[in-house]
Amino acid sequence: MATNSTFIVKIKRQLRPDEPARWEEFEIRYRPQLNIITCLRDIAEKPITRDGREVAPISYEANCLEEVCGACAMLINGKPRQACSALVDNLEKPISLAPLEKFPLVRDLQVDRSQMFESLKKTKCWIPIDGTYPLGEGPRMAPEIQEVGYPLSRCISCGNCLEICPKVNEHTNFVGAAIISQVRLFNMHPTGAMHAGERLEALMGPGGIEDCDNAQNCVKVCPKGIPLTESIAAVNGQVIRHAVFGWLHGSS
Amino acid sequence: MSHPKIIIVGGGLAGLMAAIRVAELNVEVNLFSIVPVKRSHSVCAQGGINAAKNLKGEGDSTYKHLDDTIYGGDFLANQSLVKGMCDTAPAIIDLLDRMGVMFNRTPEGLLDFRRFGGTLYHRTAFAGATTGQQLLYALDEQVRRFESEGRIKKFEGWTFLSAVLDDAGICRGICAMDLKTMEVRSFRSDAAIFCTGGIGAIFGRSTNSVVCTGAAQSALFQQGVDYANGEFIQVHPTAIPGEDKCRLMSESARGEGGRVWVPRDPTDKRGANQIPESERFYFLEEWYPKYGNLVPRDVATRAIHKIVFELKQGLAGEAAVYLDVTHIPKEILDRKLEGILEIYEKFVGYDPRIYPMKVFPAMHYTMGGIWVDNDKQATNVPGIYAAGECEYQYHGANRLGANSLVSCIYGGMLAGPASVKYARNLEKGCDATDESIFERERVRQREFNDSLLHQQGSENPITIWKEMGETMTENVTVIRYNAKLKETLEKLGTLRDRYQKINLADRTQWSNQTLQFARELHDMLILAEVITLGALARNETRGAHYKPEFPERDDANWLKTTRASYNGGNIRLTYEAVDTSQIPLRERKYTQAK
Repeated sequence: MATNSTFIVKIKRQLRPDEPARWEEFEIRYRPQLNIITCLRDIAEKPITRDGREVAPISYEANCLEEVCGACAMLINGKPRQACSALVDNLEKPISLAPLEKFPLVRDLQVDRSQMFESLKKTKCWIPIDGTYPLGEGPRMAPEIQEVGYPLSRCISCGNCLEICPKVNEHTNFVGAAIISQVRLFNMHPTGAMHAGERLEALMGPGGIEDCDNAQNCVKVCPKGIPLTESIAAVNGQVIRHAVFGWLHGSS
Repeated sequence: MSHPKIIIVGGGLAGLMAAIRVAELNVEVNLFSIVPVKRSHSVCAQGGINAAKNLKGEGDSTYKHLDDTIYGGDFLANQSLVKGMCDTAPAIIDLLDRMGVMFNRTPEGLLDFRRFGGTLYHRTAFAGATTGQQLLYALDEQVRRFESEGRIKKFEGWTFLSAVLDDAGICRGICAMDLKTMEVRSFRSDAAIFCTGGIGAIFGRSTNSVVCTGAAQSALFQQGVDYANGEFIQVHPTAIPGEDKCRLMSESARGEGGRVWVPRDPTDKRGANQIPESERFYFLEEWYPKYGNLVPRDVATRAIHKIVFELKQGLAGEAAVYLDVTHIPKEILDRKLEGILEIYEKFVGYDPRIYPMKVFPAMHYTMGGIWVDNDKQATNVPGIYAAGECEYQYHGANRLGANSLVSCIYGGMLAGPASVKYARNLEKGCDATDESIFERERVRQREFNDSLLHQQGSENPITIWKEMGETMTENVTVIRYNAKLKETLEKLGTLRDRYQKINLADRTQWSNQTLQFARELHDMLILAEVITLGALARNETRGAHYKPEFPERDDANWLKTTRASYNGGNIRLTYEAVDTSQIPLRERKYTQAK
């Protein structure tokens, strides 16, 4: 595209959750290496639609702008992804932006993903340390374990894997791949493993791991390339062993 | 006060650590954050966290960590405090390790350490190249555990507006706004700890996150909380310039052997990989043979500026130099640096494992911040505490890489118990404060919102912000001239006048991000002035503060802390002595070992 050219961004707007949604189109001046965040800032500076109407700037969540905080997930040309790392050069035009659909809408492109943090609570995704007072060094860990654990610990709770999952819908309470993968992470840590059973029990029953029907969409939309399907398989094995053998094998 | 309550504002590393320490004392904690705390700016820290654990048989010690930090900070940090931090750092690493941080390991299963700028030791523990993210998550998880037990309550999606001060000037709570409903509310607390991070947005484009505006610090400043060493701004040598932000390329790239260079012949049109070794100018290695690519950030940044602007040796005339990791085995890159190389590839479009990265300096960190007193992290206003990047204590005139994470956690560890001790010693707590005090502040803030929402003008807040950022970046970062600083003060005055005429494109009362930004802009303009005034006054060169007109460090006149205070709309600078009790004062030069 020439630097003096423009392109169109179509945005699904909804000023409040109880108001009807509508689409608005904006014309953006092209520059190389532009991302979706810059497009939204352009609009905020001059919030005028393509047909000349003055409108309110677009509400959206964003923070780090380098795909490590998880804030700016939205549907970009229909796919859940982070707006900061979505480069205009690589997107089909016109570009469409819409809010994630599996989470309660706040306004425009902004949704409420607090259910993910609630799920992390229910599944006890932490290492239960005795306290922050000095207790010496942590447990030794083989580099091989770290190399499996580290990629899992890069989950940014963006919600893309829930958005794309057919089993996350109003009829189920499925926790989603991100949470299951976190359970795997804490269960593999030497201290976390001591409490693996609690986490596995939280994943049994409605909304738990059995709700996964193996569509395998999650792993395709994870911006951090986390092996979510491997995590689901691993935790599924743990849940089955835990159900059969109880605490004896829960952490294996 | 037998049952005090504490408010913490900010949920990055410092805020979360403070929250944990307060909760451990069985004291009620209310934690406020603009973003869900897991999305705080601490996630952007990449390279690692310093602690002299001496696990590499190099004879490292906490004293050497202290010496490197003081020397790196050009002797402006209060030394006893830095000593406390360096002495505690190994225990902080152990604690984080116990919390489950996936630190890189040695074959023996011990923590691995890498080298970082401003030291000759392997002192930096790391989790890939996303260490800040990993540490933040560990603390986030611990806080979530307390939250599930009802011992910490979070207010995520709330922004701090002001402290509630009673008629004696004692902090009795805060005023905050729900960013969804735009409700303004006062909250009671016996002490408030501020962990509100960096101020990058004042410089427009920086390596900081969107929320790092410094608005909270500025609001406190306007209420009488002093601000120290504002003029010390760290510009990181290696970032990817971008229109929305400058993305950091961690110092760990150089810690793992990355080399910075430009073609010897600036007209060389060949691609980087076609240029033979002998025709590359590894200027940091030539100019600083002992530290090479691992000189401190201010030194590396000025060297790159010199290459690009003075020697005109930038890449094909561009303001950029190569940061080259292509000689490092791919297996090591993937294990130790994947996080940042992935950022480069995603945002620039080519694989830095194969072709050298193009980088340029960008505003990164503020050494200055809220003035706090010794090891209590207490400000000059009773009941107000501060920890993390938003305060000034640990880095002097230049911060060493991988010292920020440790200073955040250490500051949070101190501030939590100190605030509780203060609250427990209060004769009368916030519950005894008259409701009218809280209502007065709420109304004051509500009225400010209303005036912004109703005024009709011609100015757009984003335009004013961009102009402020451009001026501040041009005149108040790497090189400072007094004439330019004076121009900047004039420009800020003009922008403040124009601010009076801003017109909000959004006047609704539901998730109005325009209103929130306009409020932040008001506060940024004031903090920008504090920074610029401090820079103008300080006629010397020290650490990150470089004035070609005054090229030497001047200990006789300027070995002192700048302390800004605000009174009736006027900013006043005073100076106080620096604690130099631990490390002998000496010339700072990185051309040789210390």
